[in-house]
Amino acid sequence: MGLIKLESVKKVYQMGNVSVTALKGIDVEIDKGAFISFIGPSGSGKTTLLNLIGCLDKPTSGNLEVMDTNIAKLNYVERAKFRGEHLGFIFQNFNLIPVLTVYENVEYPLVMVKSLPKKEREEKALSLLDAVGMLDQKDKMINQISGGQKQRAAIARALTTDPKIVLADEPTANLDHNSAYKVVHLMKKLSRGIGTTFIFSTHDPKIVAEVDIIYTLEDGVLTKREERGNNE
Amino acid sequence: MNNIIKIAFRNLYRQKRRSFLTIGIVAFGVLAVLLFSATAGSFKNFVIGEITDSMLGHIQIHAKGYVGALDNLPLDRTLDEKQIKQMEKVLNNIPEIESYSYRILLGGMLSNYLESTSAKFSAIIPAKEDKVVPLLKDRLKKGNFLRKGEILLPELITKGFDSKIGDDIVLVATNADGSVNGQSFKISGVMESVMGPTGKYGYIHFDDARTLLRMDGMEISEVAIRLKSFDDMNEVNSILNKKLGAIKNPKENNVFEVHTWESLSPFYNIAQMIDMMALFIKAILIGIVLVSIMNVMIMAVYERTKEIGSISAMGTLPSKIKLMFLFEGFFLGIFGSVIGIVVSMISIFIVNISHFTIAFGRNSNILLEPEVSLSQIGITAFIVIIVSIIAVMEPASKASKLEPIEALRQN
Repeated sequence: MGLIKLESVKKVYQMGNVSVTALKGIDVEIDKGAFISFIGPSGSGKTTLLNLIGCLDKPTSGNLEVMDTNIAKLNYVERAKFRGEHLGFIFQNFNLIPVLTVYENVEYPLVMVKSLPKKEREEKALSLLDAVGMLDQKDKMINQISGGQKQRAAIARALTTDPKIVLADEPTANLDHNSAYKVVHLMKKLSRGIGTTFIFSTHDPKIVAEVDIIYTLEDGVLTKREERGNNE
Repeated sequence: MNNIIKIAFRNLYRQKRRSFLTIGIVAFGVLAVLLFSATAGSFKNFVIGEITDSMLGHIQIHAKGYVGALDNLPLDRTLDEKQIKQMEKVLNNIPEIESYSYRILLGGMLSNYLESTSAKFSAIIPAKEDKVVPLLKDRLKKGNFLRKGEILLPELITKGFDSKIGDDIVLVATNADGSVNGQSFKISGVMESVMGPTGKYGYIHFDDARTLLRMDGMEISEVAIRLKSFDDMNEVNSILNKKLGAIKNPKENNVFEVHTWESLSPFYNIAQMIDMMALFIKAILIGIVLVSIMNVMIMAVYERTKEIGSISAMGTLPSKIKLMFLFEGFFLGIFGSVIGIVVSMISIFIVNISHFTIAFGRNSNILLEPEVSLSQIGITAFIVIIVSIIAVMEPASKASKLEPIEALRQN
């Protein structure tokens, strides 16, 4: 059953007088619990596609449904609410809030988005920090931890609201080999454990090697779908 | 809410130098307003106090048309016995009035037997005058206060005549009928001059004036009134205007005219200018707060665009993003106000214990005793905080409307 459905999705950016077509009619259906990746050269439309699925942007034409919700019909505030309730994000640059501690960053969506009581927030945040192996770093400020630790904290933050879908744009791009390897395995383990759908946009062969399905994008067109048989 | 406040606070702390600078600018503005208001207010209150408590009283009543002709001190525009009784009836029924005193104002020629000069005098009943203008005695530079047969000379005339306490002097005056009369007085004291229409007058006893001017019945030029509270002045003024305005002469014209000290003393214009300057400094404060906080918050939004993008992507509602920035502006305003108020209080304390004096007109020794009321502090802090919030509205609104996808692209 499709958790995410894209039918003839097009995205055109207007750059002054010039129209740039980033996606030229994408048809994809992504199932619940999938661990997939979009790959392709720079400018192929990977990030645009992730932004559309992540309700950060709207398609120019075509139909995009995420969890049976037509994203194009949501306004600015509704899209924010939808993201808060159903989606998690992992960014290439981590994008943790520098003025908060590791624990406070993970707790942040529970306060600002979910408005959970303190005790529930504490339990949830601590269990996720434990799951990503960051419990002992919880009181540190963001500038006091390494890149790999930052990304693990970002993963915990992305999962803290129990999202159905986690979108990760180049999550290992700023990590060394060892950290990247650990982060990929951590995400896969969490995906298998809690059934969250992970969607990557990446060049990283370490991620590519671990995902179940690889979609190749070239010049805004989906050219290839490859099942890797990585289901464990 | 706590988390929004925490983030806002830490964001300010993140840019320590910039935040402290902005808070410092706001605090300086608050200091300027409070210190000026306190100091100028002290000066203003001192001079108003001197004018009302040593010369004019709070309110005066005259016969209609008298004040317009004050330079001539017309003796044909006095209040007669019947009018005085009508007026007393009104005055005695106003509980806000503490006391009132009758005066006869007259002009004449003074002679010390060697030379003569024109001079103006206020004829008073010392005991009553003391209750209406209690600081009048403080204007006595030397000698003793007034008794019958004595005269208090203005200091300039005393210097010009080279007169001494106890010397005899003759005052010649023309009465309402045009007949001239002279009377000898003993100089009992020398009066310091003050600013205002009767500030350079000498003083004689009320009964002596009646004799000198050959007045048969009771006649007075003016009534000076002291109120229990200075703050009731406008209210009592309007009551008096209403009640005395109802008393008409046979030609149906008003008999009385009522004036507060404000319409009798030129210092009122200076007092208004001081108030205007205080207002102007408040406007500058508003400008300082508005520009400095808006500037720092615009920079903050610009610098944290990517961060705003990521919290927005996570699903933080625009209203919460806006609130976060509003709190930052609010904190800048409140910290600036608190520091400004504390520094102002210390500065005011220092001015008070330093016994600073300033010169104004002939008064070279006005002691500055600045004080600031709680309401002034409250109003200033309220203005700063409200302006801080207004200043941050635009950047906060801009931050809350940022498209996360655009914001995340920023470096």
